Amino acid sequence: MSAGSPQIASPAARLRAAQRLLSDNPAIALTFIFIALFVVTDIVNRAQSGKAFLTPTQVSTTFLYAAPLALLAAGQTLVMLTGGVDLSVATTATAGAFITSGTAQAQGTGTALLLALGLGFGIGLVNGIGVAIFRVNPLIMTLGISSVTLGALTIYSQKRFVALVPNIVNTLGSSRFLKYVPYDLLVWAPIAALIILGLRYSGFGRMIFAVGDNPVACRLAGVRVWQVLLLVYALSGAFSAVAGILLVGFNDAADLGIAAPFLLPSVAAVVIGGTSILGGSGGYGGTILGALILTVLDSLLTILNASQALKQILYGSIILALAWLYARTSSGD
Amino acid sequence: MTSSAALEARPRGGPSAGRLARRHGWTVGVYVLLLLLLLYWQTIPAHWGSFDVQLAIDALPLAFAAMAQSVVIISGGIDLSVGSLISLVNVVSAKYMIDMGFRNALLFGALLLLGSAAAGAFTGSLIVLTRVPDIVVTLAMLFVWAGLALEILQIPGGGAPAQYLQLGTGHWWSQWIPSGLVILLLAYAIFWLPLRWARPGLALYSIGSNRNAAYLSGVGVARTRIFAYALGGLFCGLAGLSLSATSGIGDPSAGQYYTLNSVAAAVLGGVLLIGGVGGLIGPIAAAFVVTLVKTILILKGVDQNWAQVIQGTLIIVVVMIGGLAIRQRRRT
Amino acid sequence: MSLLEAREVGKRYGPVVALESANLSVDAGEVHALLGANGAGKSTFVKILTGVIQRDGGSVELRGKPVRVSSPSQAARIGLAPVFQDPALVPDLTVAQNIRLTGLAVEEVRQRLRTMDIEIDFSEQAGDVPLPLLRMIDLARAMARDPQLLLLDEITAALPSDLAERVFTVMEDWRRRGRSVLFITHRLAEVIAMCDRATVLRDGRDVGTVIPREGGERQIVEHMLGPEAATAEAHAAEVDETAPVAVDAAPNVGAITVEVSDLRVGSLAGVSFSLRAGEILGIAALEGQGQDDLFAVLAGERRAEGGEINVAGKALRPRHPYDAIRSGLVLVPADRLLALLPQRSVRENIAAPRYNRIGRWGPINPREESRRVSTAIEALQIDTRAQGQVRRLSGGNQQKVTIARWLASGFQTLLCFDPTRGIDVGTKRQIYTLLRRLADDGAAILFFSSELSEFPLVCDRVLTLFGGRITDELAGEGADEASLLRAMHGLVEEVTA
Repeated sequence: MSAGSPQIASPAARLRAAQRLLSDNPAIALTFIFIALFVVTDIVNRAQSGKAFLTPTQVSTTFLYAAPLALLAAGQTLVMLTGGVDLSVATTATAGAFITSGTAQAQGTGTALLLALGLGFGIGLVNGIGVAIFRVNPLIMTLGISSVTLGALTIYSQKRFVALVPNIVNTLGSSRFLKYVPYDLLVWAPIAALIILGLRYSGFGRMIFAVGDNPVACRLAGVRVWQVLLLVYALSGAFSAVAGILLVGFNDAADLGIAAPFLLPSVAAVVIGGTSILGGSGGYGGTILGALILTVLDSLLTILNASQALKQILYGSIILALAWLYARTSSGD
Repeated sequence: MTSSAALEARPRGGPSAGRLARRHGWTVGVYVLLLLLLLYWQTIPAHWGSFDVQLAIDALPLAFAAMAQSVVIISGGIDLSVGSLISLVNVVSAKYMIDMGFRNALLFGALLLLGSAAAGAFTGSLIVLTRVPDIVVTLAMLFVWAGLALEILQIPGGGAPAQYLQLGTGHWWSQWIPSGLVILLLAYAIFWLPLRWARPGLALYSIGSNRNAAYLSGVGVARTRIFAYALGGLFCGLAGLSLSATSGIGDPSAGQYYTLNSVAAAVLGGVLLIGGVGGLIGPIAAAFVVTLVKTILILKGVDQNWAQVIQGTLIIVVVMIGGLAIRQRRRT
Repeated sequence: MSLLEAREVGKRYGPVVALESANLSVDAGEVHALLGANGAGKSTFVKILTGVIQRDGGSVELRGKPVRVSSPSQAARIGLAPVFQDPALVPDLTVAQNIRLTGLAVEEVRQRLRTMDIEIDFSEQAGDVPLPLLRMIDLARAMARDPQLLLLDEITAALPSDLAERVFTVMEDWRRRGRSVLFITHRLAEVIAMCDRATVLRDGRDVGTVIPREGGERQIVEHMLGPEAATAEAHAAEVDETAPVAVDAAPNVGAITVEVSDLRVGSLAGVSFSLRAGEILGIAALEGQGQDDLFAVLAGERRAEGGEINVAGKALRPRHPYDAIRSGLVLVPADRLLALLPQRSVRENIAAPRYNRIGRWGPINPREESRRVSTAIEALQIDTRAQGQVRRLSGGNQQKVTIARWLASGFQTLLCFDPTRGIDVGTKRQIYTLLRRLADDGAAILFFSSELSEFPLVCDRVLTLFGGRITDELAGEGADEASLLRAMHGLVEEVTA
């Protein structure tokens, strides 16, 4: 007998229920937007140069380009679910790129890749130590680490410059098989599956949401919050390193600015995907769509000859508009 | 009649000295650090000369940026677009001032200050109206301002009348008083000091400390938040103008440096990221500390990149220590 | 003369109706109580009246003139001054600055506090001032506005008796001067003692206005619970007056589960007692006697400074709640916000403690989880109709979820710290019954409450805490308010020869 259970009123509420369905499952709306953007780009491209955009090649290219961004956004998603943010994903990816190309000749491809992953994991671990144990604000910690990493990489890049990118990395980063399927999907898809399933069906996934929602309650329930945070940041670093490996494969050389253009888009992809920056709700599925949308958008803007400046202004406005949309539909009060 | 034990107001903070130490200890600490660094700097032979205005020159924009960020953080928010707004003001001023006389340049500068305050107010309004978290909005505005800056000036260029440059790089009355420093202190005295203890300032601190309690106390929360960002925008404008004065040109990407470092300087200066705590005096000193560390390293012949690594590491370490200090506090 | 007339006030959040249609009429010079179960809409109503939120429908008239209260500052201007349960003082400003923030004169407020016999250092940071005093400052602040209507939302909750007395004096004074008070509380005794009239809300509507002194507790409870439940409740209430909820005279008490020896922490100077399986042991104490430290140490939140805790014979020195939980000691805190994940579902909340260690971070066993969660939901009769996020549940249901977590994860000893704070009567009784059942099934329960009337209803034994030590032990039935209060003040009767 509990007094005061809220009652559902009828027709206006059914509309609101639909709205809520959309906000609880943003994937539907996002898929629409993705497809719509593709169509728009197609129209514009035909108008501009007579060529179509809605072709299998272009779709495959979009996925190819989106993979590194989506991997950077993967770590970002996990971190943002816990209520933090990781602004070091780009520099960690760059570090991964440099280690891969710098040690491949001497150590062999396998070892080089392992080193890159290890380094990424390690950088993430340092972030995690700062955030979880020293309670440093994630913004500061990750920004600081990124600046330190960049400085260290600059020194490293000046000392040795063996730009050898192993063939397999090249293939992974830039080639396709069966004519249309990018190899980097072989890397991205399993990771995406792991994350999506892990978030939903593993105890760790539950803890990620819980820590983002109410870390105090977690502690009282016996959760050692620092453990969760540590692992989340470390994973973010590892995923960023993978992104870096793909990027160096695509670029065929490591470069200090190789991942820089992806930092803010990685946050944007997560925001677009519907994960709350305050933590506690969201998921990777939306982020994937966010990454795809951003990639198509970039193509569209390039076709329109939009200046770098205009692209930036647009990015900003889009992030804002979408975030506003989510805020409206989800909070409800 | 029952009574409860030990409830009649016993001031918990202990004697006044203890309380004073608790409240201002950090700021004093930063100034002591600055002093130590200055003394150390003076001992390095490479730089002999008058109170090297160079330091003030390098640190000036950062000091203003730190003030801008601090105001916003104290009010419970954060502003990732600080750097871009600074770039924008820098670029606009350099592009047009190159053709102006000193007086017009000053007027133009004042106009730009109004503009940057308006820009800040715009950001604040977006945050309030859309209810989107400030990180996301200011991140978006970072893109927007940076894009605008790029549109206005694609490559570094422009300039300003000589007297204007003097404002940033010259002296006032004596070799030992850089004019930039004077302007910094004037800005502090005009734009912050009168507010800080009056109702607008209290309102600012209150929404950072506990927004709900502030609302229930009758504070106009939306208004105050917008005001915080507007004031931050104003200081960003000063930063951009001082950047033009000290560097002599406009550079669309120059502002990037200031976003992270303004937050770092604020935190180093005793402003807690949770809001409601701190002042502007600490971050000003912290800005000089941050700049000084890099200067010292370079003067000692350290490679610029190593200098950046060391500076970054130091910032992290200090902030980690600060994090431990926060855990001692009763709240959080 | 009518001061405030609220007619058919409504408020909804999307499909959730917080307030359906509420009517209220407050006269000048009266103390009017607003009662109702959690989720009935009391807080929403008060927030609407004081401009914190905006109403969707209905009308509000002040002295016959319609008003729309758009913000707290406007409410203050037209003569409505609220005092909420969480004092509206900003922790990082000093008390004086907090007062200046609202545009009031510091001296005014100081005077008001003096009339309540309270002296406070105004240069103290508000965050350092203890909660009860903050409430009094908030009250003084409200009074300094000289409002027509004081709205007090659960002001006496967790307020020590002497301060509560002063609040009552203020209310009396206000009435004498022709002003009014709207008094929201769960404590029916206070309503009967202080209030001229009482309006009861249920399910978002007002269901009746009674005169407490004539109708008494029973009528009010009737209104709150509704007609069908009323007869059952009346019957239960009658039974309750003579016997505690546990009908058995001798509880099925087993081995010692927790043995506390000479525990020293915070204000505790050396506390020793033992807790057995199958029993519900009450701790009764005045504000700030160390009961929170006691529970915090047992729950693993704080470290003891001295003494020992033994669980089933083994020493326990918890450094983190996890250690305590692993030894079977689980905590139900007073503040639900400390225990719940607001955006997550009921299921996730209940299942949360199961994954609190690395070993459990692997794949979830959905069937096992479902089974445990449903069992817990059933045992507690949690109303999960407002699905989705736990933050949309009513307070009573939320509290049930906090207890359900431990039912699903398993435990040996349940530490209940004021589990029924701010909960409606119906849910309270459900919780009592549940605790009794858990104890009968072999759990050990340590129970603290700020409402003395609960102890004889729930506990087998009661220990009183004063001056950092246990002062007395009473048997459950013998723990009437008078004896408890005496012991809680350290006035233990010497056995005279």
